[in-house]
Amino acid sequence: MTTVELRTSPHIRKAPSVADIMRNVVYALLPICMFAVYQFGISALALIIVVTGSCVATEHFFCWMADKPTAIGDYSAVITGLLLALTLPPGFPLWMGVIAGFIGIGLGKTLFGGIGYNVLNPALIGRAFVQAAFPATITTWTPAFAPGRFTEFIPSTLTLPFLKPPSTEEWSAQAVDGFTGATPLALQKFEGITTDTTSLFTGMITSGSIGETSAFLIIICGLYLVVRKMMEWRLPVAMLSGAFITGGILFMINPVKYPDPIFILFSGGLMLGAIFMASDMVASPVTPKGIWVYGLLMGFLTVIIRTFGGLPEGVMYAILLGNAASPLIEAATQPKIYGAKK
Amino acid sequence: MIINNVKSKLSNQMQFFRRKTFSHGVHPPGHKDDTNIKSIRRMAFAPKMIVPLAQHFGAPAAPIVYAGQNVVRGEPIAKANGFMSVPHHAPATGTIDSIELMSTARGPKTESIILKVTPGASQNVLYGIPHNIDDLTQEEIINAIQDTGVIGLGGAGFPSHAKLTVPKEHKVDTVLVNGCECEPYLTNDHRIMLERIDELITGIRIVLKALGAEQAIIGIEDNKLDAVKAIQEKLPPQGPISIKVLKTKYPQGAEKMLIKSVLNREVPSGNYPSSVGVGVYNVGTLSQLGTLLPQRQGLIERVVTITGPGVKKPGNYMIALGTPLRFVMKQVGYTGSVRHLILGGPMMGTSVASLDVPITKTVSAVLVLTKEEEAEQVPEKIYPCIKCGACVKACPVHLNPTQLVLLASKRRYEDMQEKFHLNDCFECGCCSYVCPAGIPLVQYFRIAKAINREKNLS
Repeated sequence: MTTVELRTSPHIRKAPSVADIMRNVVYALLPICMFAVYQFGISALALIIVVTGSCVATEHFFCWMADKPTAIGDYSAVITGLLLALTLPPGFPLWMGVIAGFIGIGLGKTLFGGIGYNVLNPALIGRAFVQAAFPATITTWTPAFAPGRFTEFIPSTLTLPFLKPPSTEEWSAQAVDGFTGATPLALQKFEGITTDTTSLFTGMITSGSIGETSAFLIIICGLYLVVRKMMEWRLPVAMLSGAFITGGILFMINPVKYPDPIFILFSGGLMLGAIFMASDMVASPVTPKGIWVYGLLMGFLTVIIRTFGGLPEGVMYAILLGNAASPLIEAATQPKIYGAKK
Repeated sequence: MIINNVKSKLSNQMQFFRRKTFSHGVHPPGHKDDTNIKSIRRMAFAPKMIVPLAQHFGAPAAPIVYAGQNVVRGEPIAKANGFMSVPHHAPATGTIDSIELMSTARGPKTESIILKVTPGASQNVLYGIPHNIDDLTQEEIINAIQDTGVIGLGGAGFPSHAKLTVPKEHKVDTVLVNGCECEPYLTNDHRIMLERIDELITGIRIVLKALGAEQAIIGIEDNKLDAVKAIQEKLPPQGPISIKVLKTKYPQGAEKMLIKSVLNREVPSGNYPSSVGVGVYNVGTLSQLGTLLPQRQGLIERVVTITGPGVKKPGNYMIALGTPLRFVMKQVGYTGSVRHLILGGPMMGTSVASLDVPITKTVSAVLVLTKEEEAEQVPEKIYPCIKCGACVKACPVHLNPTQLVLLASKRRYEDMQEKFHLNDCFECGCCSYVCPAGIPLVQYFRIAKAINREKNLS
């Protein structure tokens, strides 16, 4: 016997590490990315690669600046990159994607102290920034399943840095007949046309951000994480229930004006947001009761913003607001301990 | 009539399906198969024994022998120093060598009696005056228990007679017999429940009488159904003693968890189990009481599980108290690249720094881990907390370890106690066990508690 190690109990531990969990989230996101590429072609592929690259490079850069060992090995920057890319429209200029990634990691994560310390979801910080900076571009939608999507880029994708992207209207109209450039949510909100649930569920027809179109695929990928016990299933369930209940109440008040709650569940970024963004562990409460309150609150906010706000989509702001409220919720929902005195 | 009969039979059967348990906790792999089929074997005497005077919770015993004195196996060599103290007895026939400071597994050096064992000394105990325990009053039983030197052998080390002395305002109605043995690797209680059933039942009867309690329930985890069957066969059908099968889950054997699982009672924070009418005793403790009390002998040996991938001859050994660890390990032998010795189980045991420490009354196991085994257990890197909440879902006391560790890192130790119930943590280790970031949460809590204690003293 050469060296004897002295450690404190417990002397055994369970296997998955932070990096294991993060790697599995990346695995869970890959099918969604692949479907996005299938649906929107090489523009989506380029966007995913560039945004993820930007996030990882930013993380590495700031670690290097701070003389810390690089943190890219824990895959959390990859997740931020993938999630951020999935919330962007297919023809989003790549240079803006780079900025979104840089802001997301730089402002949303590194500034707070890196993994574990971010108060808000970094991917959504990145998206919120580009939403404010490039409001027109981020709401310009191009059609899914355009012929030739695997051989040519959407015209706006390759815009040179700091230049205004060219209009894609003509290109879209040429690619798919009668394409209006509106997402199902916008159609519903501004024109009162409800897309049927089946196509929302499968993602085979609709347009929208590259990763949000197929609710079915997102649920399957989320289930993978739940089965591996790497995601808190209560959180997405709570958020979806919150949206469903709020939407249901509104629908009962006025079924003509407000969409039915099923439509609310499967449209826009709610599914992606609830399953992959709201469930971001760092920014959500840890207390069992708090998780329900937090999820329900975000679901409620989503529907309220969608219905009464100026924009058709409300998931991003709902989650960011939920993140901000998380410490408060946690403080108010401390668990009752064994043998607590009444 | 028939329906009632069927009902009672069904409920007996149902006991095996509806296994009781507490909420939260963890499921570490058992690793019990190496030793649970091997009967208890007696280990030879070491040439020199070290008997620390402080092996228990409370005041150290006072030595009553002098260097050079000859003692017989079983003879008292130190007497209890007050009520919260127990005597110690000579583990073997021999000569007292000296009384001096020696290292123990507890950390600081402790005053210990060193005994040179007479070569070829018999393992038989000649000391002791048998008496009939049925003739004794409650008080006499409690005094007799103190004289045996028995303390909580599960690891707590709380003097048994003190545990039986219940404050006047409390009335204990139920004795819980702890046969859970929820720590991985450990099988000494399991073997005791298979091999020492008569002594165990005698021990239970003694405790029932000392407390004036109506019933005793033996709680056994469902990974030891052979022990359940063996004990069931020896129990009279309508007696005060019964068995409850519990789910295999860590820390099922923790006193407060066991009370919750079996009786669905919660011990109020900061109180003893007697406040809810319960007394909890480990099977090892009771089997020793059942052996020693009728003979009026003292505790001089105990069953120790010696196991782990680094042990050549794993098993359960009856070891004389005071045997140096070095001697024990020579008897069982090492194998592989040994890296780590633990006294107790892997969840709550302590690392040993020196092989010169003796086996004491509270050592339930010696676990030897190898380098290969260790590599899997030690986190390659400690990450910042990602607030996954795994510890919150594991804590059997329903604390918020995430919050506690956050406060500990800011050195806000008083807030940890005042706002987040730090002192209710009994250091089971579930939070550290599940932490994906590899944060040693329990260690933070131990340090915080120690600092708070110091502050309160000064």
